[in-house]
Amino acid sequence: MTSLPDKTASIEAAIAAVPDGATIMVGGFGVPGTPFTLLRELLRQGQTGLTLIKNDANETGMGLDHLIAAGRVRKLIATHIGLNAHAIAAMNEGRLEVEFCAQGILAERIRAGGAGLPAILTDIGLDTELAAGKQRVEVEGRPLLVETALRADAALIHADRADRFGNLAYVATARNFNPLMAMAARLVIAETETLLPLGGLPPDAVETPGVFVDRICPLTEISEEYGVVRR
Amino acid sequence: MSDDKTPDPRRRMVARAAREIAPGMVVNLGIGLPTQVVDHLPAGFPVCLHTENGMAGIGPTLPAAEADRNLIDAGGAYVSPIPGSAYFDSAVSFALVRSGRLDLTMLGAFEVAETGDLANWKIPGRFSPGAGGAIELAQKARRVVVLTTHTDRKGNPKLLARCTLPLTATAHVARIFTDLAVVDITPGGFALRELARGITAREVQEATGAPLALPAGDIPTF
Repeated sequence: MTSLPDKTASIEAAIAAVPDGATIMVGGFGVPGTPFTLLRELLRQGQTGLTLIKNDANETGMGLDHLIAAGRVRKLIATHIGLNAHAIAAMNEGRLEVEFCAQGILAERIRAGGAGLPAILTDIGLDTELAAGKQRVEVEGRPLLVETALRADAALIHADRADRFGNLAYVATARNFNPLMAMAARLVIAETETLLPLGGLPPDAVETPGVFVDRICPLTEISEEYGVVRR
Repeated sequence: MSDDKTPDPRRRMVARAAREIAPGMVVNLGIGLPTQVVDHLPAGFPVCLHTENGMAGIGPTLPAAEADRNLIDAGGAYVSPIPGSAYFDSAVSFALVRSGRLDLTMLGAFEVAETGDLANWKIPGRFSPGAGGAIELAQKARRVVVLTTHTDRKGNPKLLARCTLPLTATAHVARIFTDLAVVDITPGGFALRELARGITAREVQEATGAPLALPAGDIPTF
C-alpha cells in the first residue's frame, strides 16, 4: 500500500516561495474565507509589485487593505470594493489599477484557468462598459464576449479542515472563490483551521482534492480578523 | 402583512413589493431596500432566498452576539440557515443565476429607463465601487423588478426616457415599486398600475421623467 505525500509547511516557508511581481489569487468574500494569516505573512515578508485577484478588497484595516496601504499592490482584479474606502481612494488617485469583472464571470474565468481552458464565451455585460476592449465572437448567430481565463503564480486559500496531503473542506459562505482559486495557480498555498491526519477527511467530504494543493499550513490561532465584524 | 397599514410610504412600498413574491419562487433580494422585503413575508412562506456569495435558503439575520463568523449574505449581514439550506461556491452561485433558475430579483436603482434599462452600479467621478453580481442578476433573472424612491434626494426623477449613467443591463426591468406608485415597463413605455395611498396619478407623472400611461378606470392603491 502506498501513502500520500505530506505537504505541510510553515507559513513563513510557504509564502517565501512567492516572488515580487507575482499574480496572486486570494480567496474570500468579505471576511469569510479570507486567508488573513497568509496575507499578514505576505505583508511581513515585503513582496511588492503584486497583482491581486480577489472578489473584494476586504474592509478598511483588514486583509488586503494592509497590502494596498503599504503600496505593494500594482493591480487588483475584483468585482466590488465598496466596503474599502482606502482602496477606492487609491484607485481614484491612480495609485492602484483596478480591473472590475462581473462576479460570476470572475468565478468562471478562474474556473476556466483551473480547468485548463483558455477562455469562456458569455453574453454577460455585452451592453455595459465592462465589454469595452474585449474580443467579440458570434456563435449560432449570437454576439458573445471572449472572457480570458485567469491563472496565477500563487493562490492563497482558507480552508476549514484539511489533511496533510492538502485535501480541503470549507464551511458555509467561507467557500465562495476558494475552491475555484485552489485549482488555478502554479503554487497553491492553503491555510487551515484544523489539520487532520491522512484519512481524517473522508473521501466523500473532500471539496478540493489535494492534487491541486502544494502547501498546507495549519493555523495555530484564529486571530481577531476572522471574527464577527461589529459595525 | 400588517405593515401594509404603516403610514411610512417606504415601508408600504417594501410591503407591496413583498406581494410580488409567489410561493415556490427562487428569489434574490439586492442590497439595501430590497433586503427589507423579507420582513414582510408571512412566517412559513414557501420561498427559496438566494445570495450571491453562496447560499440558497437564507434564514433570519442575526445580531453580532449570535452570529456565525463564516455565514454572511452578499451585503455582509450575518444570516442563518433554515432546514434545507445549501452552501456552494461562487461558480455554482452564478450558474444558478445565468441558467434561469432565479425566478425573481429585486434590485435598487439610480435610474430606470422606459425601455427597461437599469443603471445601479456607477456614478462616474462619485461612486464606482464595481458592479459585484448586479450585472448577472439584472441580465439573467427571469423577472427583474426595481425598488427605489421615485425621485433622488434632490427631487430629480429616477424613472427616465433614457438612462444617463453607465448601464447595468438593457431592457430587463419589468416593474418598478416606488414610494409613489407601481409602474410597469411595457412596449409603449411606463404604465401606471397602482398608486400609494394619498398620491394622485398627476403627482406621479410630475415626478416621472417620461410619459406615463394611465389605466382605464379606478387605479388600485397600496
